[in-house]
Amino acid sequence: MLTFKLAIRNLIGAGLRTWLNVFVLSLSYVVIIYMNGMLDGWNRQAKTDMIHWDTGQGQLWQKNYDPVDPFTLQNSFGPIPGELNNLVKEGQIAPVLITMASFYPEGRIQSILLKGIPDNQKVLDLPTASMIGDSTEISALVGKRMAQSNRIKVGDLITLRWRDRNGTFDAADVRIAAIFDTNVPTVDAGQIWIPLTRLQKMLQVPGEATLLIRGKSEWPSFNSEGWVSKDLKTLTAEIDQIIKGKSFSSAVMYLILLLLAMLAIFDTQVLSIFRRQREIGTQIALGMTRWQVVKLFTVEGAMHGVLAAILAAIYGIPFLASQSRFGIPMPKATDSMGLAVAEKIFPVYSIGLIIITIVFVLITATIVSYLPARRISKMNPTEAIRGRIQ
Amino acid sequence: MRRILISLVFLPGLLYGQNPSANKILEQIDRNMASKNRVLTATMIVHAQRGERIMELKVWSEGDKKSFTEYLSPARDKGTKMLKLEDQLWMFSPSADRIIQISGHMLRQSVMGSDLSYEDMMDDRKLTDIYDAAVIGPDHIDGQACWVLELRAKTDDAAYYMRKMWIDQERNIPMKEECYAKAGKLLKQTNLSGVKKIDGRWFPTKMTYKDMLKTGAGTEFIINDIQFDATIPESVFSKAALR
Repeated sequence: MLTFKLAIRNLIGAGLRTWLNVFVLSLSYVVIIYMNGMLDGWNRQAKTDMIHWDTGQGQLWQKNYDPVDPFTLQNSFGPIPGELNNLVKEGQIAPVLITMASFYPEGRIQSILLKGIPDNQKVLDLPTASMIGDSTEISALVGKRMAQSNRIKVGDLITLRWRDRNGTFDAADVRIAAIFDTNVPTVDAGQIWIPLTRLQKMLQVPGEATLLIRGKSEWPSFNSEGWVSKDLKTLTAEIDQIIKGKSFSSAVMYLILLLLAMLAIFDTQVLSIFRRQREIGTQIALGMTRWQVVKLFTVEGAMHGVLAAILAAIYGIPFLASQSRFGIPMPKATDSMGLAVAEKIFPVYSIGLIIITIVFVLITATIVSYLPARRISKMNPTEAIRGRIQ
Repeated sequence: MRRILISLVFLPGLLYGQNPSANKILEQIDRNMASKNRVLTATMIVHAQRGERIMELKVWSEGDKKSFTEYLSPARDKGTKMLKLEDQLWMFSPSADRIIQISGHMLRQSVMGSDLSYEDMMDDRKLTDIYDAAVIGPDHIDGQACWVLELRAKTDDAAYYMRKMWIDQERNIPMKEECYAKAGKLLKQTNLSGVKKIDGRWFPTKMTYKDMLKTGAGTEFIINDIQFDATIPESVFSKAALR
């Protein structure tokens, strides 16, 4: 207790030097929690959006389907297992049929993915119900990005050209029934959605699909021959990898900040030990062991971390809370890289994150304080009292 | 000989007082147009939305199965080579210094930005093997009397469900072709003109391809010089010739 009292008295006595160190260290606390909270929030938001718009709770892929290899698409159709028909009718499972096609915006030719999905599905947030309408026309959905890049408006008639299962060309006009706004570019960019039964007819693959997406209900038992199961973890693995990469790059930033703070503490300790040699000598002469003095100086240094935590709480809690409540606006172009990014990211600060950050900074500050203090254990008290440099 | 062939083509029609047999007309076109091999230099003009691109190229071909194309100009395309052997297609680009095989979905892409796709170049099956042909009546193109043939796919894997061809009645060469989607939409149109007599056969020296769903004036292919049954070393049709 005496050590703590002495440490606090000495720290406050050092005045501005202490507070500068404490401020820089408090910034480290806030930045570490803020950056990690933002990444956690992004991760959570991206996964939630992907579940709602793209992956559902899990998928079954036709065995030939490989989303990164468009060559596989022409052979990636399989009959929807009969055991799933009831769930498909209820909209609890969404079969999706995918093919390559061309469309002609303003007289240009552009390759797209043409996707068929039941208009009554309830698995994804796609506004598929708006495709229900006049049976003489093919109604289609496009995402906001696709609409903007090709100047498509609701009600527009656009020409599609595709090849059926046997390779014969066909073409038709489709009417844009709705334009949806989503954070998930994997269902938007370069894609047109039409009713599944239409696309099956167009490709001459009745009752077939490329993949099956399930909602909250589990897969019932069925003959899954020809289908490969993909769980949510596999489907969202890409986000985890990106977040991991981002965590590393943001760690570099706050480690630099932490390094600066630690350098400042280290310098302060070296200077203190040099300037307070007489004090050290007197303390040893009065009966303190060398290690008690080392402990005093180490605690003094480590107390920077405690004071910084208090300061960080004073200004950091309101700041972090406001960010969590109002969100961090993201630039509009951020999601053009194929990653789900909302207009605003709401950071998530877990108790674990806060505790780990405080413990990490405190331990680092303690180690950095102890390293210069070790010199005291080698000091000769009489020389120290005389103030001779050792 | 030619008279006999013409009689073979037209006699049945005369006998029945109707149009001649479409298959006979197609065979006659094959006889007129086909050669053991040919070497030609041509100019390809792509009329795009943002202006036109002019390319010079030289083509060596043997039957329908083998062909080798080298682009001679402009500078940015010079040295680009394409080799087609049976149903395989390779391309060499000097800027990338690589030979790539064009396959699968890449075949659907446009050739050098033109209205032709690679798979248009690859379709070398005989029309009579894929389509049921019928003469639907006479017509005139540029003052020339033509037969209009309607070809409907008889196999599942035909690229176009229906084609219409305008055949010059006198010279047995196609003057115009239209390719239709299954739903009846006109997809592609080819106009042939500049018919010249070369080595005793009539041959169109200008072809204009047009993707009818795209805007623009299409792609012109003008043959500047053509030699039939020339001597082409076998080494031309090898991957080694691409580099």
